[in-house]
Amino acid sequence: MSSVAQKKGFGATLWDWLTTVDHKKIGILYFLGGGFFFVLGGIEAMMIRYQLYKPNNDFVSAGLFNDLITMHGTTMIFLAAMPILFGFMNAIVPLQIGARDVAFPFINSLGFWMFFFGGLFLNISWLYGEVPDAGWTSYASLSLASEGHGIDFYAIGLQIAGGGTLMAGINFLVTIINMRAPGMTYMRMPLFTWTTFVASAMILFAFPPLTIGLFFLTFDRMFGGNFFNHEMGGNTIIWEHIFWIFGHPEVYILILPAFGIFSEIFSIFSRKRLFGYPSMVFATVLIGFLGFMVWAHHMFTVGLGPTANAIFAVATMAIAVPTGVKIFNWLLTMWGGSIKVTTPMLYALGFIPSFVMGGVTGVMQGAAPLDYQLHDSYFIVAHFHYVIVGGVVLAILAATHLYWPKMFGTMLNETLGKVTFWFFFIGFHMTFLIQHWLGFWGMPRRVWTYMDGQGWNFANLISSIGALLMAIGVIVLVYNAIMTSIKNVKVANDPWGDGRTLEWAIESPPIYYNFAATPLVRGLDTVWIEKMEGNETGLTPAEPIKDIHMPNGSIIPFLMTLGLFIAGFGAMFRTEAAWGLPVLIFGLLWTFVSMAVRSLQDDTGYYIKKDEILRDLKRKGGQN
Amino acid sequence: MDLNKKFTPETWPDHPERATLEAKNKFVGFWLFLGGETILFATLFATYMALKNSGPSGFGFSTQELYELPLVFVMTMLLLTSSLTSVFAMYHLRNYNFKKMQLWLAITAFLGLGFLMLEVYEFSHYVGLGFTYNNSAFSSAFYTLVGTHGFHVAVGLVWITLLIFRNAKRGLNLYNASKYYTFSLYWHFIDVVWVFIFTVVYLMGVIG
Repeated sequence: MSSVAQKKGFGATLWDWLTTVDHKKIGILYFLGGGFFFVLGGIEAMMIRYQLYKPNNDFVSAGLFNDLITMHGTTMIFLAAMPILFGFMNAIVPLQIGARDVAFPFINSLGFWMFFFGGLFLNISWLYGEVPDAGWTSYASLSLASEGHGIDFYAIGLQIAGGGTLMAGINFLVTIINMRAPGMTYMRMPLFTWTTFVASAMILFAFPPLTIGLFFLTFDRMFGGNFFNHEMGGNTIIWEHIFWIFGHPEVYILILPAFGIFSEIFSIFSRKRLFGYPSMVFATVLIGFLGFMVWAHHMFTVGLGPTANAIFAVATMAIAVPTGVKIFNWLLTMWGGSIKVTTPMLYALGFIPSFVMGGVTGVMQGAAPLDYQLHDSYFIVAHFHYVIVGGVVLAILAATHLYWPKMFGTMLNETLGKVTFWFFFIGFHMTFLIQHWLGFWGMPRRVWTYMDGQGWNFANLISSIGALLMAIGVIVLVYNAIMTSIKNVKVANDPWGDGRTLEWAIESPPIYYNFAATPLVRGLDTVWIEKMEGNETGLTPAEPIKDIHMPNGSIIPFLMTLGLFIAGFGAMFRTEAAWGLPVLIFGLLWTFVSMAVRSLQDDTGYYIKKDEILRDLKRKGGQN
Repeated sequence: MDLNKKFTPETWPDHPERATLEAKNKFVGFWLFLGGETILFATLFATYMALKNSGPSGFGFSTQELYELPLVFVMTMLLLTSSLTSVFAMYHLRNYNFKKMQLWLAITAFLGLGFLMLEVYEFSHYVGLGFTYNNSAFSSAFYTLVGTHGFHVAVGLVWITLLIFRNAKRGLNLYNASKYYTFSLYWHFIDVVWVFIFTVVYLMGVIG
């Protein structure tokens, strides 16, 4: 690769992105892929709210409404929130720990392509006309009865995407364990790195049950298995257990990185060290642990008995303790700080009351007897949108503004950013606050319409107007992103001026090998320490500049995933079309041959020569 | 990394499987992967235990009548022995004795193949009795649990065969040492899973 910028043709650029193993580029791919599905899921949400804005509306049919709620939930969780967070993890975590890449660059690329093809597979159901319609939880009694191929798209699409997530999880764990720069002890890691670490560990233990659950569902629907079919001795509750053993940790997998992002923001824009850093780390680990102990609180009304319900109720409420520790630490970080209200900080300030409200309603539902009243009502819808939108999505939007310069080398417009925030924030509370009362007034979730005269009309109208405001906020953000990309005003290393961690000490976006010399980490917020001591660059090198070992790009991850994608269609049409079985076998063979090629080929990477690094440094004016 | 660097038993590192950063990453990553695999099998075990002996009304199969312990005992011995031979192979890996390592790995693969063939025989025997995959919840759970283990054995066999032939002419280096080592970790793992299958499925099925 030449260090001098040169114009490349479209084909070469495309090939570069298809074969890239650079964590910064994969981060951008995750971000754009997740952003695409976020817009798709948002359109589905708008259609849901348009259908519900008045009683007896017939904008969509009951069947299409089921498709919409199922795809909205599945898309937002698996294909929008997680991949966008993975995008930030990829783009930022290796920089924060002073690494040149992730531990497994090849597997990193494979993880992205599996997410993308899995999401594509799931959404092709819209074009095919048979869409998943059993809710994002896809309870087995419903999903086995669902006709057509909708649920097959769900089972196979999520299987492929889930495999990618598992790989990404292992990759981040090993990266953080093995690739930290000298001096970067565990208790000096930035909070975003810590939360990524714990979330990755949760992925490692939460996703295998999903894999198995989806296999059971696939076997039951496509290969004559009987896991959930009670007539053949099966048990439909097994799906609920397996799904929630995965599904509850999953929400912590989403919220922990969000906590990490906000921890960075509070510290940067209060211009103060994060209050209670050790207790923050401890709370993160504790939440990760307790997250596996509470899955049955989704099943209080199944009839597991008072003992089981009591145990899970207590465990559920216990999670509020470490979460409360975090909330107080954030407040005390701001206490006495010199606060600068930028767009990311605005999101962080909005996050605290929003998320606390979601947490409080969570504890309410944790009380098993009360949950019998709230179960399957709009109260539940309000609760989980308060934690997911009020926590995860606000974090994603905050990180989009915070890390945009680090990922793309230019700043998003601050004024438009604040416009986005206010539209989104007000719209969010308008949409979901009133839904708590709708739940109390008896409106069940997942109904495609409702009758006049039940007192639900006005509340639903307010909720739908709120959704419109959120959509306007997102449109402003997209406009902002396009306009700033066109203007493309280049920014320096630390565009916010108050960066504390390693990613803010190198250029935006960083050169492909990140650090000319591996940095020496001298404490928590090492760049801040260096700056306070008068070191303008913010970095102390841990080693002299020498040759750097880099991984080769590869098209094999793309090909491997393509094989699985093809095999998925074969499995789905195996019984009804003559080409089904051959295509299934062909797709799997394609994947296995790709794996064998990868295994047999020697791929030991290449070296960037010391001269080239020195030349780059000179061009940048001697800066590290 | 220089693939052509020549070693002698004296210059060969004590822990060739984690002598480079790439190998260290692979070492840690594979252990973590096995952690995930443990949860995967735990889910299968839990489902099997929930659905054991469960079928449609008038279902005629039970674990007591179905399982053939002598056959399963032979299978267990084959797989446990193959785990031992893979330990011998790793001993020679550390001592930079490529030929003996390859030999012990080939023996490991043959024992694994023997295990797999007996498993195929076992399954076809059950199917012959009418205990098919679609026959009941019990049969689905049984074939999925034991079959997933069998699939892991098959993957391991393909893996080691490719490794043995790929490196036959060039001997050991720090690039392929970690590949051999991760295989042996994998092979021990599926052996441990089998110990649990032998106990939970077969012994508890016949005695419990």
